[in-house]
Amino acid sequence: MKYIHLAIMIVTIVLIRVLPVTLIRKPIKNKFIRSFLYYVPYVTLAVMTFPAIMDATLVPQAGLLAFVVGLIAAWFGLGLFPVSIICCLVVFLSEPIFTWWLYH
Amino acid sequence: MDKRQAYLNGLRDGIPIGLGYFVVSFSLGIIAKKAGLTPVDGFFASFFAAASAGEYAAFLMILSSAPYFNTFVISLITNARYMLMTTALSQRFSQKTPIWQRVLVAFYASDEIFGATIARPGYIMPTYSYGLSTVAIPLWSLGTALGVVAGNVLPMRVISALGVALYGMFLAIIVPPSKKDTAVLLAVIASFISSYLCGILPVISKWNSSTITILLTIVISSVAAIVRPRADVEQEEEA
Repeated sequence: MKYIHLAIMIVTIVLIRVLPVTLIRKPIKNKFIRSFLYYVPYVTLAVMTFPAIMDATLVPQAGLLAFVVGLIAAWFGLGLFPVSIICCLVVFLSEPIFTWWLYH
Repeated sequence: MDKRQAYLNGLRDGIPIGLGYFVVSFSLGIIAKKAGLTPVDGFFASFFAAASAGEYAAFLMILSSAPYFNTFVISLITNARYMLMTTALSQRFSQKTPIWQRVLVAFYASDEIFGATIARPGYIMPTYSYGLSTVAIPLWSLGTALGVVAGNVLPMRVISALGVALYGMFLAIIVPPSKKDTAVLLAVIASFISSYLCGILPVISKWNSSTITILLTIVISSVAAIVRPRADVEQEEEA
């Protein structure tokens, strides 16, 4: 049932955001938990990005190229919006070439 | 600065955030459609959650018919960073800011809204954050709904291209801290490699992708926290 999944997601996200400002008045002291929480977002996003980006496109090679170009663009300091657009453009422009190269 | 001026500044700064959101949430809508969501479902899911990776993960749970428990755990994990962000926000409110205003600011503390809010010096002005949200959140929600609709309308090539927008955004979130901090860089590289291996190894590759995401996150983050513990976490938090 999709609505139960969505309700769980919304309630969890709202509580995660709202509880700290209502409950936590002092920073967490435990060094391990603080360090763990520091790494969590980056590790999760990295795990979710690769190799999944290669499944998002019609041709996996186009997704891989978007991944590499996106990494470079982000490395040179481009923000969320430009990196997203660049990845989209890479796929849009390279996919026909890869398709031709693979199946010709 | 009076409250009205702060709100207007929020509206102004919300425009570029909202435009970026619109494109990214459009690609989120494409995934929402695959998960069987209607445009209205997508609109309200985004309106109340306002979390790119979190919504993406939940849509994948629906898509893969995962147990509800997995949706709960993956929501905790993909949104854990918001706990760090709103903890940081909690330290920046004036003692005079009432609790309901703190709650409202935290409610829409997305990566970018948090970033713009905390980037201003001094105490947080809740009205500024409301201005940001007033512009950015409707665009985020509308983009999701249109993504669901346009899944039918757009050619395959365009859908394929837009499908990577979200990953591009994730890269833009994880690369800058990797550049500054070798420990993050190594954790990110380890994440890419492990997640790739989990996709091709026998037995493990048959597991639900949410289970793999959760396990890898816990293992890699724990190892990183043990090998490279951090004493000064607050200063590292960012949008």
